[in-house]
Amino acid sequence: MSLTLKEITKRFTRRGVELTVLEDISLEVEDEEFLCILGPSGCGKTTLLRIIAGLEVATSGTVRVNEKEVSGPTPELAMIFQEYSLFPWRTVIENILFGLECRGLPQAEQMDQAKKYLDLVGLTEFAGSYPYELSGGMRQRVAVARAIAVNPSVLLMDEPFGALDAQTRNMLQKELLEIWQKTRKTILFVTHSVDEAVFLADRIVVLSRNPGRIRQIIDVTADRPRDRTCNECALIRREVLSLIEEEH
Amino acid sequence: MVIPPAEHEREEARPQKASPLLRLALPVLLLVIWEIAAILLDNEFILPRIGSVLSILLHPAADILGSGSLISNGLISLERVLIGFFIATLIAIPLGIGMGRNDMVHTLFDPVIQMFRPIPPLAWVPLSLAWFKIGLSSMVFIIALGGFFPILLNTIDGVRSVRKTWIEAATTLGASEKGILMRVVLPGAAPTIWTGLRVGFGICWMCVVAAEMMPGTNSGIGYLIMTSYNWGQVQVIIAGMIVIGIIGLGVDSLFKFVEKRRFSWRELDR
Repeated sequence: MSLTLKEITKRFTRRGVELTVLEDISLEVEDEEFLCILGPSGCGKTTLLRIIAGLEVATSGTVRVNEKEVSGPTPELAMIFQEYSLFPWRTVIENILFGLECRGLPQAEQMDQAKKYLDLVGLTEFAGSYPYELSGGMRQRVAVARAIAVNPSVLLMDEPFGALDAQTRNMLQKELLEIWQKTRKTILFVTHSVDEAVFLADRIVVLSRNPGRIRQIIDVTADRPRDRTCNECALIRREVLSLIEEEH
Repeated sequence: MVIPPAEHEREEARPQKASPLLRLALPVLLLVIWEIAAILLDNEFILPRIGSVLSILLHPAADILGSGSLISNGLISLERVLIGFFIATLIAIPLGIGMGRNDMVHTLFDPVIQMFRPIPPLAWVPLSLAWFKIGLSSMVFIIALGGFFPILLNTIDGVRSVRKTWIEAATTLGASEKGILMRVVLPGAAPTIWTGLRVGFGICWMCVVAAEMMPGTNSGIGYLIMTSYNWGQVQVIIAGMIVIGIIGLGVDSLFKFVEKRRFSWRELDR
């Protein structure tokens, strides 16, 4: 797997005023890396992720995945949205089957795969439930399983735990790390929570605002599973927070 | 245990659960008033007694005035409605999907639709007679017109209510344009489209009865009512009206039943 962003710039024109949301973002994402993109709200981090996913077009610059330029959504890059992305008319297992159906695999194989990933997120007994019967955390687990089921090279996650309560979020972070270690996917994870980034990431890309630029890339080398209160974590947290505060 | 005040107030404010018997109160009262009025009037050409209407309803397969029975005429009307409803659906759903998905299609068709929509289907009767002459096709034309607009408008609405995130999720999971239409847009819009079908059918049903009252018709429940009027058979008129009500209610309940079984996710999904 290789994912390369080269000089990505995104401009909007709103009421005649040109707005630069992202400017000159270049980044090499390493294979099997867990990369967090962190920044204050309005720094364009979601836009950046959507450009990588092929859901939006950059004004200039290129995204390459496995040496191929991304020109639109591709199952190579699976996106996990903040919330409400599950299809409410489909059961949990049918939601996971969605991407497999699109790929036209034989039905029996589709079902095997779907069950495997349902098991991976620990929701086997909820196969026949509908999304509205699940808690927010369970829904996001299904979204993760659905995305991984199409066997992407990269998982793009847009504040996937942002709408959850603190305890559920901590639990899902741990589970995500376990899934990441089992499946060895590359993960790009957008968040505005410094704690979340420090707990999860191999590297944290800190974005600045107006325009969104890469302010600094910070390595997090603490061993996993990390203690959220450990010294190294605290130091990195302080560093990141000071970077963000300088903004204001 | 002390109930917190807010909780307590909410408890108080909840309306009392009505007894199911209450549903029967007004219908029974109306029947009593009817019967008393009929006895006082003592004129079966204005208001027959309940019993004489019942005796017709209880023999639904019996021939009436040589014009066929309640059942046979009811089935003829139903068949006409189904043809008109089917044609309306066949045009309105694809057009509605096109208009809901594509702004250009919407801009192209919207002015014409806005112009024709306020015209009641029955206002088309003279034109329809001029174009199609008396017979099935002119009736079907009126019925289809009646059903067309509610189905179309609900389809547009349903397609537009499909969440952008669903479509984006589907594209990132590898769905093609056709896959998005069949697996996301249609199922996502289905509850609203279904509401349109239900409302549309109701209007079709109203239209058939009116269309059958057009001169020159010789079958159908509307025709039966009109003939009975000409023969002064008020009890048949009322029996016919009740049959119209029952069939309409029956079909509507069928739609609601499917809605509850298949589309309850819309209410439950926040």
